[in-house]
Amino acid sequence: MARIVVDPITRIEGHLRIEAEIEGGFIKDAWSSATMFRGIEKILRGRDPRDAWFWTQRFCGVCTTVHSIASVRAVEDALKIKIPPNAQLIRNIIMGIQNVQDHVIHFYHLHALDWVDITSALKADPIKTAALAASLSDWPNNSATYFKGIQDKVKSFVASGRLGPFANAYWGHPAYKLPPEANLMATAHYLEALEWQKDVIKIHAILGSKNPHPQSFLVGGMSIPIDPDSQNALNADKLFEIKRLLKKAQDFVEKVYIPDLLAIASFYKEWAGIGGGIGNFMSYGEFPDANGNLWFPAGALLNKDLSKVIPIDQGKIAEYVDHSWFENSAGAGKGQHPYEGETEVRYTGPKPPYQNLDTNAKYSFAKSPRYEEKAMEVGPLARILVAYASGHKETKAVVDLVLGKLGVGAPALFSTLGRTAARGIDALLIAQQTPKWLDELIGNIAKGDYRIHNNESWDPATWPAEAKGYGFHEAPRGALGHWIKIKDQKILNYQAVVPSTWNSSPRDAKGQRGAYEAALVGTPVADPNKPLEILRTIHSFDPCMACAVHVMDVNGNEVVSVKVS
Amino acid sequence: MSIQKGSDESEKSEQGLEKREYSVGEILKKRGVSRRDFLKFCTAMTAAMSLPASFAPSVAQALDEVKRPTLVWLNFQDCTGDTEALLRSANPTVGEIILDILSVDYHETIMAAAGHQADEALENTITKYKGKYLCVVEGSISMKDGGVYGCTSGKTHLEIARRVCGGALATIAIGTCAAYGGIAAAVPNPTGAVGVKDAVPGATVINLPGCPCNADNLTATIVHYLVFNKIPAMDSKGRPLFAYGKRIHDNCERRPHFDAGQYVEHWGDDAHRKGFCLYKMGCKGPATFHNCPTQRYNEKTSWPVASGHGCAGCSEPQFWDTMSPLYRRLPHVPGFGIEATADKIGLGLVAGAGAAFAVHGALNALRKDKEPTETKEG
Repeated sequence: MARIVVDPITRIEGHLRIEAEIEGGFIKDAWSSATMFRGIEKILRGRDPRDAWFWTQRFCGVCTTVHSIASVRAVEDALKIKIPPNAQLIRNIIMGIQNVQDHVIHFYHLHALDWVDITSALKADPIKTAALAASLSDWPNNSATYFKGIQDKVKSFVASGRLGPFANAYWGHPAYKLPPEANLMATAHYLEALEWQKDVIKIHAILGSKNPHPQSFLVGGMSIPIDPDSQNALNADKLFEIKRLLKKAQDFVEKVYIPDLLAIASFYKEWAGIGGGIGNFMSYGEFPDANGNLWFPAGALLNKDLSKVIPIDQGKIAEYVDHSWFENSAGAGKGQHPYEGETEVRYTGPKPPYQNLDTNAKYSFAKSPRYEEKAMEVGPLARILVAYASGHKETKAVVDLVLGKLGVGAPALFSTLGRTAARGIDALLIAQQTPKWLDELIGNIAKGDYRIHNNESWDPATWPAEAKGYGFHEAPRGALGHWIKIKDQKILNYQAVVPSTWNSSPRDAKGQRGAYEAALVGTPVADPNKPLEILRTIHSFDPCMACAVHVMDVNGNEVVSVKVS
Repeated sequence: MSIQKGSDESEKSEQGLEKREYSVGEILKKRGVSRRDFLKFCTAMTAAMSLPASFAPSVAQALDEVKRPTLVWLNFQDCTGDTEALLRSANPTVGEIILDILSVDYHETIMAAAGHQADEALENTITKYKGKYLCVVEGSISMKDGGVYGCTSGKTHLEIARRVCGGALATIAIGTCAAYGGIAAAVPNPTGAVGVKDAVPGATVINLPGCPCNADNLTATIVHYLVFNKIPAMDSKGRPLFAYGKRIHDNCERRPHFDAGQYVEHWGDDAHRKGFCLYKMGCKGPATFHNCPTQRYNEKTSWPVASGHGCAGCSEPQFWDTMSPLYRRLPHVPGFGIEATADKIGLGLVAGAGAAFAVHGALNALRKDKEPTETKEG
């Protein structure tokens, strides 16, 4: 049995290491290790709760809005602040475009090269490529001249003798199945998506000053003022620029991303039977309306059973550290609810430089979150499955369309390919929905409602001596929760349980694997020296490791005992 | 220093295509970029470097001669925000940077290779181009407990930094974490995080702080290098003066409202909608040196003050401790006058703000000659 190590896993956010045992051409077992730690939650202790969104935003610069959203929601929950409808709509637009842009970048720039062999694109016939592209959509850049131009660019790049970030990859690997024309088409769209993503995300700059790390979040609302009669506020000019960019986002998803996804997937249908993993899924739901009702429903599914959606209770979440480089006074095998966490980092791994981790002992800086002691998968697949199983009309229509086009049934979704397809479905649904929130915002402004912030509890003097709250956000990568305890106007305890922690978690005390680990078991590996297949399954989760590993909360601090209802 | 200048050496590549290193100008031409667009790019770069427009032809001439310089990008204790900023760069775009202007031989977030093949790519580059490649570091470096809080391919980031930054022509510390330790180094700094210059004191380091760094400042720094064959003039915090030489407060579009005593008092009030000064809402512009008001972000779309939120002071060392709380008003901001540089005034202002956090020992963070937590090596 061969043990292989892939470290660094590239084309992800952050630092992830995979060790796997291979037997007879298949992965027999796998371990996922997060190898970087900062300890931001400990740093947060004693700070102003109104600042927490700005700090937690730095968990991650890729999903750069998600921790801000979860954080302001947690503080607003603790202080019982209701935000104005316009602030909610602005947040929905910010979350919507974050989701769409993030998914497109993931598909083309982080995941595509697992399926697309750029070197094969050099052999493509541009005329046939144009015919292929035209058969998929009416995107304007579908001409033979256009694809010839892209091919010439790639040729001159290769001729320069310096392959830069494309050097030393798995090109020519037998697991690449696309014909040269599909490879050329995807390469062209890789480059187009690079241009597109920087344009559409200007919505964040208009509503929040910049991206990454937009800066207009506030506990109680948003800081971007609304006034159609001011040049220093959200006015007609800026609203219509957002409208134009949302249209551009939707067009690209409908005419490029989804057609490419379906075309590429049709060559890799065997991956609908690989990488299934845990089979338990959880989504917190997202996009509240003015009354707090969620557009995407929340819920959990167990054992791939789409007939029963279980309601979520945040009190049933606990984190375990039996295989994580932390200590926990609750004792071996015991989890802690995020409100009650008191974990101390304690690295016990091998002294660097090292060849292998001791995976029987502790082997990651990520903890193991569990729901009622069960490992869960979160992310676009979980979100889409929960919505589908809940009978969410829009989701059902798109999922059935995609399954129909690929000629597969719903069980195909429980796979590496299903995860990648669900991300596209998610992007399409949100790209089509976000303009409606903008229209609603414009409608409110037309009626003279310019409110963006609820000032009632801005002054800490108005706060109770002690308060606690949590904020859920269904982020692009899945279920995200922040928990805060406030005492004497300061942060007493802060804890985030993050999508990539759910998915990348090491084993728990019962030996239950995390989602990456479970999904890798059974994955074929044609050449252990070039484990392309590992990248396919790991990338299908879109790992975000800086998010996953920030966990560190108060130690030895007196914590008021909490009964969670 | 010696950036690789054009030469005629050529060889055949595996594909049988002629293999030769072209200059940046030649590559752009081959890529179908018109001379006019190329000159426009040079003009934009000249402006970003705060040079008079008359320098644009020298920029163009230099880029006509220089070959694609080799760049390796290392991610340590980071959030990838500076990489994302690079992806948003417009002039040049990230596509042009990767394909035409630089040879980005190692960047974990975008590179196709993984695992030991990625390691080999790095090793090949730093060996073949020793002393000639540029290095960009994103994220802080953990010094505590032998650096175990940051590892890639089983090696500590500290070890990787010493090796890669030590052999580089120069290292650009992008973002406040790589420059000064950033968020991970905030009190109580659980992992002993420091910036590149503290981790590898012998390296030639240019700091481009900001959270994240403005990508325009990165490209301008690289072009400055290519054009003038030397690193840009820097202040005592290692920041290029062309981007960090002036206070935000002095270039702020809302400065007249500060001088006129017109302030936002509540989020969403009439003054907020009219774009009055955010000083009372905690704006740190009076203590922060950065070109945000002029360079702005996302193709000059906006910057924090323009979105109705105060500046957070993110380009200043240890701003996480010295400039927080975020909404606390800076003390003692004089009403009029423009002070010259960060070295003359910055410290006095933030020390006042920092006192609020003294209980956490934040003032230690202000010590300019801070020693690394553990070992030190040239």
